[in-house]
Amino acid sequence: MNQSEAAPDPAPQGDTDNAVDAAYEAKLRADYDGQSRDDVLRDYREMLRIRRFEEAAARAYTRGKISGFLHLYIGQEAIAIATQQVMEPGDRVVSTYRTHGFAIALGSDPKACAAELFGKAAGLVGGVGGSMHFFDKARGLWGGYAIVGNHIPVAAGHAFASQYTGDGRVTLCFMGDGAVGIGPVHEGMTMAGIMKLPIVFVVENNQYSMGTPLKRTLPVEDITARAAGYGFASDRFHVTSVQETRRRLGEAVERARKDGKPTLVELITYRFRGHSMSDPAKYRQKEEVDRWRLNDPLERTLMALKLIHKVPEAELDADDETIVAEMDAAYEFADKAPVPQPAARFDNVMAEGPYYGDSATTRPAGVE
Amino acid sequence: MPILQIRQAIRDAMKEEMERDERVFLMGEEVGYYNGAYKCSEGLLDQFGAKRVIDTPITETGFAGIGIGAAMCGLRPIIEFMTFNFSAVAFDQILNNAAKLRHMTHGQFGVPMVFRGPNGAAHMLGSTHSQAFEHFYAHIPGLKVVAVATPYDAKGLLKTAIRDENPVLFLESELMYSVKGEVPEEEYLIPFGQADIKRPGDAVTVITWGQGVPVALKAADLAAAEDISCEVIDLRSLRPMDEAAIIKSVKKTNRAVIVYHGWPNGGVGGDIIARIQELAFDDLDAPVLRVCYEDLPMPYAENLENLILPSPERALEAVRRVAYKR
Repeated sequence: MNQSEAAPDPAPQGDTDNAVDAAYEAKLRADYDGQSRDDVLRDYREMLRIRRFEEAAARAYTRGKISGFLHLYIGQEAIAIATQQVMEPGDRVVSTYRTHGFAIALGSDPKACAAELFGKAAGLVGGVGGSMHFFDKARGLWGGYAIVGNHIPVAAGHAFASQYTGDGRVTLCFMGDGAVGIGPVHEGMTMAGIMKLPIVFVVENNQYSMGTPLKRTLPVEDITARAAGYGFASDRFHVTSVQETRRRLGEAVERARKDGKPTLVELITYRFRGHSMSDPAKYRQKEEVDRWRLNDPLERTLMALKLIHKVPEAELDADDETIVAEMDAAYEFADKAPVPQPAARFDNVMAEGPYYGDSATTRPAGVE
Repeated sequence: MPILQIRQAIRDAMKEEMERDERVFLMGEEVGYYNGAYKCSEGLLDQFGAKRVIDTPITETGFAGIGIGAAMCGLRPIIEFMTFNFSAVAFDQILNNAAKLRHMTHGQFGVPMVFRGPNGAAHMLGSTHSQAFEHFYAHIPGLKVVAVATPYDAKGLLKTAIRDENPVLFLESELMYSVKGEVPEEEYLIPFGQADIKRPGDAVTVITWGQGVPVALKAADLAAAEDISCEVIDLRSLRPMDEAAIIKSVKKTNRAVIVYHGWPNGGVGGDIIARIQELAFDDLDAPVLRVCYEDLPMPYAENLENLILPSPERALEAVRRVAYKR
């Protein structure tokens, strides 16, 4: 059950000046063998939607339209797309503050996502959450958590509820490599292991805990080595395509659904932007980023479409333009959308309805 | 009317709510096979089975979070902390998840659940096991905070807590689990935000809750012997707080003393004083005083602990001061 690979080189080798050499193409053909043109095109479009959404977010941030923290998913899109493809209705994704990609992948309206980034009433959570707190229950997105690691016990609680009610749902709980040292991860996994909960824990190992590389945060670089201590199955692989990620995540999901056994999956990936928009990522060299670009699932999928399926450039360009237009429209909608009403700040604090504070001495003027 | 201990009233409340609603479950350390560290869950495992009475490893953050995640799915968890001192380990779950999820999800999720267990100093447990947590939790919008001092209140308020749609912190007392009192056989609920006048009087208002209640009542006895009539108000819930009951009494007595477990700085006692001075400033004939822990960590040594704890004698001294009878 332990499918751990030898630790992949954190920065894959390759000739970045001559990216598409024979070796690259051979590997590409092997990886995409058996994939239909339509499937590859679908995966490409879905990943591209996330990337274009994120690029538009970066531009809006630079123009001062978005404040607070903004953590982009660029480079990791294949994970969200593969996750969407292995989910059944009612399954849950619980994620971190780097969560736009899951929202777009699961079908959240880009308009509502962009409006949330802009702090507008039409936002995914009414403008009260911002970038770090995307929740879209109807589409299976259960957060949106920004205290590193504190969603792991909560996700285990969702899986516990599935076990308690027998609803047959699987919870997929994502975290970064930087999360695995913090206490709630250990406690949540301990509970999931003891109770044999239908859950998949996925570490998106994007090589950096903010600006600190793995070697300085992980005593053992193979994070899945921890699975044995919790009685989990495990899997560890390099995310280079949607289809391989889908296949292997799918195994873990089925193990949760059919056997009620948790799995710890480590996905080796890379974020091409800094930790957040305020991080210029000076802790790494351009050469490293360029080497990882050879493994970017989005770029590889594009190459597969060109080299294997001979999709005309014009068709790909038209696709891209359509997606860019969709995202531009979403950000234009967000820009023009109204801010929340002043009274919106009293909503959803308590279940009973608007909450104005517990004392006559502290209530805002004009409310009872 | 049957006479029960507080621990039995708590157990009966959980038992009745678990019989009424199969979404209710109890989770915590030693709640099952051990029947509860303080026997508050005696017999529940036998009646409801291991699916609904769940022993956990020592993972306060883990099982507090499991409760939150389960509540978001529509279950009604009761999470027992062996003592609220251990809730500090789970503080982030309570502060950032339980209290905030309804808000930060824009109402997509609620967190209907109860965190319960003994709170405050017991007897010679040292600094890390002798703390009062209502002062931390009452600070946080999104939570409700309840503290009980009688079997009747414990049962009625716990049943209300279990049915509440919000996260409720339900504070008990290790030293008071054996306190006995009448509990009706027929079902009853006590709403939050309603103080109870445990002893009527007209000279000094003594405001208290939880473990402070027996201290205040004893002090009122001592004061009565000196012809000072104390009105003892048991707040029972601190968030929401029955501000109207406090102000009504203070307008009558023109004097107030607050008796509670916990440190003086930044706590509920100071908050009550802020409310009184704003809402009844012209009615006050004396400064409002607090009788609580000295502003010190709790020592183990019995004589030192006794100096720090709020005692009936210290409360009496405060009552004399505000009544200008010293």
